[in-house]
Amino acid sequence: MARVAPFTATPQVRGGVGSRARLALVDSLLAEQEVRPCAVLTLRWLARHAGIERGLCAVVESESARLVGLTGLGLSLASVDAFSLELNDRMHPLVVALAAFEPVSFSGPSEASGASGVNTGQGMRQPLDTPLGAEPFVAVPLAGPGESGDIGPGLLLLAGMDAAAEEDTRWAAEVLGARLQSLWFRRSQVDERRYKREQSWLFGVINAVTDPILLTDSEGRILVANGSAEMLLTADDQKSEGRRRAVALNNMLFSASIFTSSSGGGGPTRHELLLVDPTEGQDLLFEVMSTPVKIRVGETGTVSVLRNVTDLRRATDEIEENYRRLRIAEAETRAERDRLDLILNSALDPILVTDPSGNIVLMNPPAERMFTVSQAGNSDEAERRVRANDAVFTSFMSGLYASQSLRWRGELSLIDPKSGATVPVEAISGKVLSKHGEDTAVVTILHDLTEAVEKQHLYEQVKRHSEELREKVREATAELAEQNELLRRQAFQLEQASAAKSQFLANVSHELRTPLNAIIGYTHLLLEGVSGDLNRPQSEKLGRLESNARHLLSIINDLLDLARIESGKMPVQLERVLLQELIDEVMTEVEPLIDGTKLTVTRNISAEVPEIHTDRQKVKQIVLNLLSNALKFTPTGSVSIRLDYEPGKEWISVAVADTGIGISEENQKTIFEAFQQADSSYARRTGGTGLGLTICRRLASILDGQITLVSKLGEGSTFTLVLPRQSRAS
Amino acid sequence: MSDPQPTDTAPLVLVVDDVAHGREIFAEYLEFRGFRVATAADGLEALDKAFELLPDIILMDLSLPQLDGWEATRRLKGDDRTRTIPIIALTAHALASAHDKAMAAGCDSVVTKPCIPRDLEAEVRRQLAARSGRS
Repeated sequence: MARVAPFTATPQVRGGVGSRARLALVDSLLAEQEVRPCAVLTLRWLARHAGIERGLCAVVESESARLVGLTGLGLSLASVDAFSLELNDRMHPLVVALAAFEPVSFSGPSEASGASGVNTGQGMRQPLDTPLGAEPFVAVPLAGPGESGDIGPGLLLLAGMDAAAEEDTRWAAEVLGARLQSLWFRRSQVDERRYKREQSWLFGVINAVTDPILLTDSEGRILVANGSAEMLLTADDQKSEGRRRAVALNNMLFSASIFTSSSGGGGPTRHELLLVDPTEGQDLLFEVMSTPVKIRVGETGTVSVLRNVTDLRRATDEIEENYRRLRIAEAETRAERDRLDLILNSALDPILVTDPSGNIVLMNPPAERMFTVSQAGNSDEAERRVRANDAVFTSFMSGLYASQSLRWRGELSLIDPKSGATVPVEAISGKVLSKHGEDTAVVTILHDLTEAVEKQHLYEQVKRHSEELREKVREATAELAEQNELLRRQAFQLEQASAAKSQFLANVSHELRTPLNAIIGYTHLLLEGVSGDLNRPQSEKLGRLESNARHLLSIINDLLDLARIESGKMPVQLERVLLQELIDEVMTEVEPLIDGTKLTVTRNISAEVPEIHTDRQKVKQIVLNLLSNALKFTPTGSVSIRLDYEPGKEWISVAVADTGIGISEENQKTIFEAFQQADSSYARRTGGTGLGLTICRRLASILDGQITLVSKLGEGSTFTLVLPRQSRAS
Repeated sequence: MSDPQPTDTAPLVLVVDDVAHGREIFAEYLEFRGFRVATAADGLEALDKAFELLPDIILMDLSLPQLDGWEATRRLKGDDRTRTIPIIALTAHALASAHDKAMAAGCDSVVTKPCIPRDLEAEVRRQLAARSGRS
């Protein structure tokens, strides 16, 4: 409890202030419209008339419920501003003094009583924290009791006051208090009007904003809401049930969102909030911008501005979708382009794309090698060649543009910039037209003709060679044909000659036979005694005549045979022949011959001789001839005929061996030629014609066989006929 | 040339040959050997004699004037009166083709000239025996 020393009224030492001086203060206060100058005027007045040395004017600040320094006399500005006292601290001596309506004296700390300190209850004293320091002072409340509630508008703390000036001091305090209250009242009235006006403006502004705007307290209660916000969040009982439910739902959603966002921190936050349109019922998406604001001491509210982004979101979604599609299209285009690039780059032929002005806009690597310096190498030479290629290409392109046609073809002679080699190319250009038929680009493909030219060259060479060859072949063919014709003619002539010879022989044979027939016939008639009996010498001579006639006949017959063989007119009749049977037949036929000799004739046939396929008659003729010869040319000794076959072999042999006169080596060489009888005298004696072996060998040859001879003069001969098991002769 | 004596039952041989000594040798020899013999000097005469006399066998030379032996043979073999009379072809053509041609014309056998009269007689007897065996 503050010990407030009672303000002791002391008799006026100076006899008091005159009414003139008081009037002057009143005048000056009324003339002043501001609070602080009024206080300053009063303190100065008191200094002059009440002996105040230093003083402080503190006023009640109702908003903050504090007593704060307003102005001072003989005090620093800072100490005035620093002075502040909680009015809620009702035990504070100054707060007590404020409510006392009487001046209270505070003694300095050295004094035992009326000290300007606070008894804390523990018996300890603390000096009052005022700008006046430890000096004794008097606290004089402004105005009087009952004028502004339980406390006055302020307090004057005055040091060094004359005791006699107490009455003047109380009066001045009263006047200042009244004046301050009057000023405050008027200001509050002005403020109220301005406030109301501003508030209406503010609401106008807020309501003019189509976005819902709300102010909520810390509990989420709506303190302020504009029309749009009310539409969403408030509904009275007259509204439909659905609308009220929608509003209730919106409130819930909104509160939840406010709590969520405000828990984050002190700064403005932004979040999305999905509400329901209470009238239309559709979803509305809001972007909520929440900003915390102080609504009163110790309480923070939130200003929320809701922006309807439903359409925006839809638009955004659409944009995103379009963007996505664009991206896809872009990717597709890129892929297409990559593919195109791949094709272009993998093409071995140079490909160029030119714009309608003839500028090259795209080249594949082979084209770059021909038309760009960097690819070609940086030498002057290469650059010159590239420029030359450019000129050639440009000239070709101008032909295309001049032609009006869509396609253009030409053969150009380019130069390989690196090597300087001439590269003949076939250029094929095609215009690429837009939908509207305008030229957009020209694609040109250059096909290297080097190889083609070489091929052409080669082809021409080959063609030339081929033609030469053909000419040679033609010549050769002609020659051959000539030769053939010659041969054919010769063959024909030979054939004719042969035929003529055969015919001649046949004719000769016929012409010889007719007189021979007469000779033989008449001789025979005579010998048979048709014309009467003959004496012995006549018979003998006729016998010789007949014998010679017969010999002549056999010669004619053999000649005819030979002619037939040589003219190829000897028919061959193949059949199955068992040679052992055939040999038996021959043996039987020559039996009369054998009977006339003293020879030993043996027959030797190996076991299991197979059938052969041959001309039976001819084989028989050969064997008969060989055996007859052996018998004829063997005066003494033996003759053997042997049939040999080795199983599995394709050949079969018939050997006729004798111990006769034999044939000299010299004669062996010619024995098979016509009329080459070794001993013609002997042959004549025995009736041989000299053609037998010749005919035999020819016949064997016709049957794919052969006849061999082994002989020694004076010791004998062995003639062997070898025949295939299967004769191919036909 | 002498006409045969149709008194006995000896076989009648018609010898056809344009060459006179050919006819004479065979005719004389066959008569000597007991045959009755008639002769003709060409194909037409051969046909006349054959149809007139109906001989037991005919010796037919092939190269004949007027009508050759092959054609004469064909006609004789094509006629019922003379169809069965054996015909022996007599030819100086020694080639097989001549032989085949004669057989094709209808000859029963072929004898190549020159031939020994005795061999011819043997062939005549063989053909007569064959004919009597057939009939």
